[in-house]
Amino acid sequence: MAEIRLDQVTKAFGAVTAVDDVSLEIADGEFLVLVGPSGCGKSTLLRMIAGLEEVSGGEIWIGDRDVTDLAPRSRDIAMVFQTYALYPHMTVRQNMGYGLKARRTPKPEIARRVAEVAELLGLADLLERRPAQLSGGQRQRVAMGRAIVRQPQAFLLDEPLSNLDAKLRVGMRASLAQLHQRLGVTTVYVTHDQTEAMTLGQRVAVMRDGRILQCDRPQALYGRPNNLFIAAFIGSPAMNLVEGTVEGDTVHFGQYRVPITKRPDAARVVVGIRPESFEDAAFAPGMPTIQVRVEVLEELGSDAHVFFHVDAPPMTAEVLETASEEGLLATDRALFTARVDARTGARVGGTLELAVDPASFHFFDLGTGARFEAAASPALAAR
Amino acid sequence: MNARRRGRRARQAGWNVLGLAIFVVMVFPVFWMISTAFKSNEQIVSLNPTWFPLHPTIQHFRDAIHRPYFWVDVKNSLIIVSVTVAISIVLAFLAAVALARYRFGGRKLFIVLVIGIQMLPQAGLIIPLYVVLARYHETNALSGVVITYMTFVLPFSVWTLRGFLIGIPKELEEAAMVDGSTRLGVFMKILLPLMGPGLVATSVFAFITTWNEYIFARILLNDQSKQTVTVWLSYFVGSSRHTDWGALMAASSLTAIPVVIFFLLVQRRIAFGLTAGAVRG
Repeated sequence: MAEIRLDQVTKAFGAVTAVDDVSLEIADGEFLVLVGPSGCGKSTLLRMIAGLEEVSGGEIWIGDRDVTDLAPRSRDIAMVFQTYALYPHMTVRQNMGYGLKARRTPKPEIARRVAEVAELLGLADLLERRPAQLSGGQRQRVAMGRAIVRQPQAFLLDEPLSNLDAKLRVGMRASLAQLHQRLGVTTVYVTHDQTEAMTLGQRVAVMRDGRILQCDRPQALYGRPNNLFIAAFIGSPAMNLVEGTVEGDTVHFGQYRVPITKRPDAARVVVGIRPESFEDAAFAPGMPTIQVRVEVLEELGSDAHVFFHVDAPPMTAEVLETASEEGLLATDRALFTARVDARTGARVGGTLELAVDPASFHFFDLGTGARFEAAASPALAAR
Repeated sequence: MNARRRGRRARQAGWNVLGLAIFVVMVFPVFWMISTAFKSNEQIVSLNPTWFPLHPTIQHFRDAIHRPYFWVDVKNSLIIVSVTVAISIVLAFLAAVALARYRFGGRKLFIVLVIGIQMLPQAGLIIPLYVVLARYHETNALSGVVITYMTFVLPFSVWTLRGFLIGIPKELEEAAMVDGSTRLGVFMKILLPLMGPGLVATSVFAFITTWNEYIFARILLNDQSKQTVTVWLSYFVGSSRHTDWGALMAASSLTAIPVVIFFLLVQRRIAFGLTAGAVRG
């Protein structure tokens, strides 16, 4: 086990910069997730750590060794690929033992370690099969097993769950987290799925256009996204975003005015409101409220999602294009999501009084997308 | 409903008949060659052709084998073919790896040239090739024929092997490198075993082309003791006013045997390779 240190790492393919001046320290035993939309450079960064991609500038350290110019085999890392990359002409046993054999580990030792890991992953009965005879989930476990057997300094995982169906993916996610707890090996995990990133990562680095925008604990990313892109990217359902104006101690967006307790340092801002910052007013007395017309109601059992229109253009700022998926219906009004108590009396087409929690509003710069560290409003400061 | 189903059946039957007809056209010459080889001379020249030999005889085979230079020329053919196929496959595999896996200046141009050269009519190459080989005293020599054959076997092999290689996911090699293999190790332990079917298929084709080649061998080789089987066969026709059809057909059948044996040996591997490669590893 070892820490991994990236120092101003850059990768250029001709005129295109895939990874741009990335510096990052991954602690010994940490589970770090690199997340971002496709083409953001996360896979390239992982492949550079593995040594599969040459570094255009900067340094990569694993433990106390500068591995920037070392071949992949000299870096003592193990990698799990999106396609698993199991050797089709070898049995599961040979697949798992290949790395040890390549490193001239004595045969009894290989047999012992393969058996041990196969037991751990429930592969003991499949050792003599070939990859073609395995299901998707089994292949995934063999790929993990091949990495674990090696007892490397670090695991590099490149979207290892994306080829599995949704149900299996959730199960494997939990197993991965358990495995990491048990083995405690430094892990770098690449995914484009923010749910995977949030549930697995001890820290999550959000990447875009080859840069790391923010690297923090999942809760911090969710609670204090430092720009609009991360605000839109992290969280499901996504944060509601709309352009608004601040006048004194109120913020206007669309047809609504809401009193705020802390003010951003600008008159025109992007207002970000998490779905859970709303509640059916019947269950949250004493909060400011807004009247909404219910467009869609999704009842999930544990809670309900209420969709309603806000009379303001949806955030089509360039910053958001890659962050959130567009809906099917073209609309010139923003569609908001509120997460409310499952006992809500909301009906589609009816009106609903929603309580809002202004203290949890996020404000972003209209031009740069940077987060405003809201100043406490004078009323509170005077106290 | 019924009419439609009948129409579909009729159409299906039509295709089957057409397929059968094509099969017959392709198989008939082979059948006629083998059948004639076993017929007696009277039956062969009879004005009423018969499908099958009435009194099968192996006399023609005896005649053919005992003709001068048969065994010498068989040996020549085997030497030329095996050397050509062996050298071509090794060189073509290495070239295909380079073309499929590495990026270098002129790579695209090279690929286009490799396939472009195949488009040239071979007849147009005869004189230039002869002139070049004569300058290096490679005419009337087996090595000259090997070199000549490689000029068309090599490009073809590079092209097909490259296709097989592209079908092998690059991640397999990357996984092996991360697992601790050197580039050579990856080549020997991962690429080579996975390329087995491709190598076999390509060498079958190279074997058949070179074994059956006639024109270059005819022109480059003068001594009867240095000729190939195809050239030896040609002497049955027109060497005198009378052609010994029985012996010619027997000799032709004999010449086809190595190709058939080779193909039977490897065809199961090819079929296996086609299905095994289809499954994503």
